[in-house]
Amino acid sequence: MSSNWVEVCAADDIDEEDVIRFDHEGRTFAVYRSPDDEYFATDGLCTHEHIHLADGLVMDDIIECPKHNGRFNYKTGQAKGAPVCVNLKTYPIKVEAGSVFIAIS
Amino acid sequence: MSHIVIVGAGECGARAAFALREKGFEGEISLIGAEPHLPYERPPLSKDGLAGAEPPKYVAGPDRYEEARIAVLTSVTVEAIDRRRKAVRLADGRSIDYDRLLLATGARPRPLPDAPENAERVRMLRTHADALGIRSALAPGRKLAIVGGGFVGLELAATARKLGAEVVLIEGLPRVLSRGVPEDIATIVTERHRQEGVEIICGARIAALEADDIGARVHFADGASRLADLIVVGIGAVPNTQLAEAAGILVENGIAVDETLRTSDPDIYAAGDCCSFPLSHYRGRRVRLEAWRNAQDQGTLVAANLMGAAELVASVPWFWSDQYELTLQIAGLADGAATTVRRDLGDGAFILFHLDGEGRLVAASGIGPGNAVARDIRLAEMLIAAGSRPDPTALSSPETKLKKLLAA
Repeated sequence: MSSNWVEVCAADDIDEEDVIRFDHEGRTFAVYRSPDDEYFATDGLCTHEHIHLADGLVMDDIIECPKHNGRFNYKTGQAKGAPVCVNLKTYPIKVEAGSVFIAIS
Repeated sequence: MSHIVIVGAGECGARAAFALREKGFEGEISLIGAEPHLPYERPPLSKDGLAGAEPPKYVAGPDRYEEARIAVLTSVTVEAIDRRRKAVRLADGRSIDYDRLLLATGARPRPLPDAPENAERVRMLRTHADALGIRSALAPGRKLAIVGGGFVGLELAATARKLGAEVVLIEGLPRVLSRGVPEDIATIVTERHRQEGVEIICGARIAALEADDIGARVHFADGASRLADLIVVGIGAVPNTQLAEAAGILVENGIAVDETLRTSDPDIYAAGDCCSFPLSHYRGRRVRLEAWRNAQDQGTLVAANLMGAAELVASVPWFWSDQYELTLQIAGLADGAATTVRRDLGDGAFILFHLDGEGRLVAASGIGPGNAVARDIRLAEMLIAAGSRPDPTALSSPETKLKKLLAA
């Protein structure tokens, strides 16, 4: 399976312990910077009611949906309990020359 | 501990049942509901769920109850609690023994005194069946009169406009949303509805509702009246306390529970819309919340306590409403606030922070398109829970991240 690395933004465009929305070719992603300065990417929409997670709050390794507070571990995509029960898909991510890239297969 | 029986198969009861298994409870779980459906989410019923109608948005599919070994009894009414024998008696004559009992009986719509009992033309909204009934009467050009300018009435107005119905909303008080929503936000909501062609009449005194096979009519005290195809009454909810009361359990604006959600009977707990409980962040003030998240949070917490823990309710009240593209979110209780600070977030979105006389943040109310206010309201909720006294200047300037205030 070939991966297609897509440039998201400059690494500094995302604050530590924060998230941004990234739209690409009709798909939407959430791209995170953790408190310890690592980057992660998941599908952009909550698996409960298709809300953009990038409007939500990042706390440690958790993203919380802005609508109904469904929680996921954004590093693994794992759903952390009601009202969400379906995991988020995660994507490979890398930082090169000050830019963030995600691999969209 | 062998059998936990949950009366009330709504969001709260279902959440408690699953949480029992998540926390390792090995005994039997029975979840008893009067409606014919598995537990479903009620918030959509006045929103997209009404427009979309069938089926309801289930909390979980049947396979998940099976996996979790939760026996769900639908279309079953509990008639009485026999506290001495520790059993509940069902309407069909059966009796189920419990070791611990959870009352998650919810609330029902508050009826308008003397409203005609014409189920076709004068309705209320609480259940999926109610939503289907209202939906079937709404179509382009049909006239809907809504009595009550609370969340249910306003959300229903927005949904009915989307479906093309003509809507008049009638509120007895001088403005809509007077319970718990600041006037600046109510004004935005009112304006938005008027743009969509909803007629809002405030300060109205209704003399009578009248309905027959042909139509319905709202009669005002000043002699005026309005014709409608359908009247929906949305003037609040009353807690379902009858079972508890009949069993001699203490009731105080809801089934009275302590901070562990235990009733006056040590083997019986209550959670969600049906109970009143002390709020630790507000000096132990006793409240009853009719809110989706509260139902979930209390369902989760009470599961631990049914298993013998003594976890304390410590959440901050939180609720939301969707009308057109606007979402309103409120955390905390604003009554008792001494000052209000406004934070503008762009796109017309703003948050009002309410501080008490000692500078402590007690509530935050926000409105804006989509989820524009969500993140800051969530952070405000955490500031409230932390008992924080944030600098009002920092609250009012959007450049100051609330997360920084939380860390301070």
